Amino acid sequence: MTSPTTITARLRDAGIRVAAIAAAIAVWYVLTARADSLFFPTPDKVFTAVWDDWIRPYSTTWSENLRPSLTRLLAGYLIAAALAIAAGIMIGRSRRLGDYVEPVIDFVRAIPPPALLPLFLVLLGIGDSMKIALIATGVFPPILLNSIDGVRSIDPLYLDTANVFRISRLHRVTHVILPSAAPKIFAGLRISLSIAVILMVISELIAATNGVGFRILQSQRQFLMVDLWAGLVVLGVIGAGLNAGLSVIERRVLRWERR
Amino acid sequence: MSTSGRSVEADGGAPSFLAANDLHHVFASATPQEHHALGGISLAVGEGEFVSVVGPSGCGKTTLLRCLAGLMTPSSGTVTLYDQRVTAVPKDLTLVFQDYGRSLYPWLKVRTNVDFPLRDAGLDKAERAERVAQALADVGLEAHAEKYPRQLSGGMQQRVAIARALAYRPALLLMDEPYASVDAQTRAALEDMLLSVWATRRKTVLFVTHDIDESVYLADRVIVLSKAPARVIADLAVDIPRPRDQIDTKSLPRFVELRAEVARLIRAEGHQGIATDEVREVR
Repeated sequence: MTSPTTITARLRDAGIRVAAIAAAIAVWYVLTARADSLFFPTPDKVFTAVWDDWIRPYSTTWSENLRPSLTRLLAGYLIAAALAIAAGIMIGRSRRLGDYVEPVIDFVRAIPPPALLPLFLVLLGIGDSMKIALIATGVFPPILLNSIDGVRSIDPLYLDTANVFRISRLHRVTHVILPSAAPKIFAGLRISLSIAVILMVISELIAATNGVGFRILQSQRQFLMVDLWAGLVVLGVIGAGLNAGLSVIERRVLRWERR
Repeated sequence: MSTSGRSVEADGGAPSFLAANDLHHVFASATPQEHHALGGISLAVGEGEFVSVVGPSGCGKTTLLRCLAGLMTPSSGTVTLYDQRVTAVPKDLTLVFQDYGRSLYPWLKVRTNVDFPLRDAGLDKAERAERVAQALADVGLEAHAEKYPRQLSGGMQQRVAIARALAYRPALLLMDEPYASVDAQTRAALEDMLLSVWATRRKTVLFVTHDIDESVYLADRVIVLSKAPARVIADLAVDIPRPRDQIDTKSLPRFVELRAEVARLIRAEGHQGIATDEVREVR
């Protein structure tokens, strides 16, 4: 279905993106080289640190910092997503349940999730479970609300059709309700992905012995400004990478929607 | 569900397969005015019959079909199929909706749209593949099986919806103005396709339309409805031989006579009351 023109267009888009990043790095380089400040290292030093500390094979930092962060992030995110989608379908299908539950959700959603950290610290300690719980709690409401909305806005004719062909209850959920709510569910998944990254970092800045956030804080305390910057770059890459991954999944799942 | 004991007697004494007894339906709505859609409809359809239902637009045809299909419960009156009271959608029945664009699942390819109901009907793979291929061939869409509905024109989408119903092979096929929004040529082709499938399978078809020519051309019997609240104002036997032909049949004096009769009946109902219930019904 991809014609030559769309391929050239895509190549051009990718080219523009690469050029923009290269330009940003060049500006970064010129400014920091001129400033010659300890607080603003040049990008070459930062990228060397990224390589040495985060990427280089057998570097201990993978298992010490990146892996624990990503594990918590994905665990919290996936648990919350599964629960929120399941709950969203139930609530979305029942007007009455929605009437009971929605005010509560709205209230809970109004609490900034980082404010829950002190409570979770007391309840769950400083281990992984606290961080996973915090991430999951913050990520849950947007996915839930979007799932409810998606399920509510299903065209009734889809359900009539399922009725007329006596589609089983299970298949009605998996093959009719879920796909038709999928675009909105993905909107919720996208919003909450950045929330998950934020909460991961915050939880690691406050109480942790490893993780990207911990590493950034540690670098700052030891006055290793290059490492601090390297940590920030890694966070940016994590966020962008997760987003790109989700986009790929979304495009695959919603390929029927593409025009 | 039971397929035994088809012994109910309709008014004429013919064994009745599908029967509606004094259906009334009132839509309670937010507007001060309630909408009285069905005003006491009784009808009987024999097994294997092709019956069309015609009436002024907005007269409650869709409501009637939804009641017959068990998709909604009328305010009063009963529907029976094989002598069993219809309270939910019975097995062995399906409905082709007027709004094909919203009745196909856009996330399923054409083939899967047709196949999906068969899977839940518990048919094995080979049987399903055979039925899907046959149904897509019947509507002339074999070449488009791997496309998504949005990649097809409106007329083709409606053919997919029809193929889905044909592959399901219901004993009773209800059709709600299925050809209302396709162009004249496609429409004629689809009419003839339906007739030839019906001729080979002899399933019962109840075909709702507002097109008078179509109602007479297709059916053994034309049931004419009044404007809302709908009642049966005429039940005409179409004594025109089959197989029928778009040109020859439509120039027969008997065809012209019948279509004029139906047209007069509908005109007598007047064109007032172009109701909003068509919109309301599909909700």
